[in-house]
Amino acid sequence: MIKARTALAGTHFDMGNWACAEGAIAAGCNFVAGYPITPASEVANYMAKRLPQVGGIFLQTEDEIAAICSVIGASWAGCRALTVTSGPGISLMQENIGFAVSTETPIVIIDVQRLGPSTGVPSIGMAGDIVQVARGSHGDYQIIALCPESPQEMFDLTIRAFNIAETYRVPVFLMADGFIGHMREQIIIPPADQIDLVERRVPTVADPMKRQDFLDIGVAPMPVFGKGLQAHVTSSCHDEHGMRNLTEPAVMHRYVMNPIQKILTHRDQIVEVREDYVNADLVLVTYGTVSRSARAAARLARNQGLRVGTLRLITCWPFPEEAIRKAASRVNNLLVLENNSGQLYPYIRAEAAHASRVEFLGPQFLGQIHDPNAILEKVKEMLA
Amino acid sequence: MTRTELTIAGLGGQGSILAGMMLGKAAVAYDGKFATHTQAYSSELRGGFAAAWVIIADEPVEYPRVIHPDILVAQAQDSIDRFASSLKPGGILIMDTDMISNIPESVNGVFRIPATSIARNEVNEPVTANIVMLGALCKCTDLVSRIALEAAIQEMVPKGKTEKNMDAFRLGYERVKGA
Repeated sequence: MIKARTALAGTHFDMGNWACAEGAIAAGCNFVAGYPITPASEVANYMAKRLPQVGGIFLQTEDEIAAICSVIGASWAGCRALTVTSGPGISLMQENIGFAVSTETPIVIIDVQRLGPSTGVPSIGMAGDIVQVARGSHGDYQIIALCPESPQEMFDLTIRAFNIAETYRVPVFLMADGFIGHMREQIIIPPADQIDLVERRVPTVADPMKRQDFLDIGVAPMPVFGKGLQAHVTSSCHDEHGMRNLTEPAVMHRYVMNPIQKILTHRDQIVEVREDYVNADLVLVTYGTVSRSARAAARLARNQGLRVGTLRLITCWPFPEEAIRKAASRVNNLLVLENNSGQLYPYIRAEAAHASRVEFLGPQFLGQIHDPNAILEKVKEMLA
Repeated sequence: MTRTELTIAGLGGQGSILAGMMLGKAAVAYDGKFATHTQAYSSELRGGFAAAWVIIADEPVEYPRVIHPDILVAQAQDSIDRFASSLKPGGILIMDTDMISNIPESVNGVFRIPATSIARNEVNEPVTANIVMLGALCKCTDLVSRIALEAAIQEMVPKGKTEKNMDAFRLGYERVKGA
């Protein structure tokens, strides 16, 4: 761990998108490429002004495909790189998200989600991309995605996203939405010397045949370009040295499985959940902005003598299956709340339904997070 | 826990969302409270609908939406048509009488201020109508302190326009009538 070099320390009242940008600056981000899209544009807009002040580069590309390609290239040139978009942009980026996974490239992708499918409603937030970010690129892989619930967490979790990306050499998603992206709240930025950053490990041996650059479940150092290190980087099936290999089944197996195992074997260090359901008869399972409705509903319920708790998935990928199983083993009723038609619900049910009753509730109107009173009604129905 | 919810709405260009930001800034930066500000607007640059929702509380705001506001600040008839029926029973309405002719009978606590004509004819800066409304709001409620709101406004208006905006604020504070 090293300390951040710069941070806009103080108490601020600003947008989630602003907090995300300042989080990236504090995390040492020095390259951002993007294409403007509501409700994510403020991050790019602000970064275009802010990055040159700290010696970084902002690149407005012709589209989202070029944006993610630039970011992958910048990471291989040693930059801490980020791109920011919304759902339509993520759809365009999917092919190269697979490229980043395959080449074990640390990047941060901010998805300020909006109501869809397709162009949908630009300014209204909805958690519509939760599964597409994990399953949208072809082939088999694991992804890491974090779900903030406030502008403050858009700052905190952007830093965490960079640290995870650098620790495991993977793309990491921050799954914000238009509601918190455009929400203004108190944002506390600590002094730089209180922000811990993970430094990238770079090898020193020049010859790639004498190093392991890829497929290390324990995470290989990254032979970034520009330091006299020879390296071969390909998204086609490759061996531990990065050499293309389309003939040996054992190499193909490791090419797919080792990056997956790299994430799954570190699941305990990566996954973060917030559990508050001791002695509960029902637990509200949520992630992202809806978590705030859930806590408000749990409070209303407790005030009426109902034993209702909450389980919040701060990391939604890799899927926190152990936390779900634990809740199911202790509480008889799980109510899953999502600002979509129920995207994580099947995953949660798969881990919980053997031990407890699992139901789903969406908001009255998609895009508007749940009214706590509507949650309370459903809770009463389940506990009746 | 005290939690006060406010909707401030108007037409695009009237500065409703900016006024909401000033309230939140005043609460967080100068009154030491917590605030959540959210917003919505149509895609027209001028004349479409625009609204901000502000929650001010002594503790961190848990549920971030405003469904039934305690206070509605309305800068246009459209704002009344959209939001007057959502006011909490006993809630108060602060309205720009230059822009609004009809209000529903269900609303009891009404404060009136001709904000647009004050901004246009007395401040000589039509764009300060939102600041006139903030002055009126500050007089009619204890949502934020006058010192805090004035400081937030000074921080957020363009340099060189501070005096005009302070005039607008003072006129709103002095001229508001009702309830």
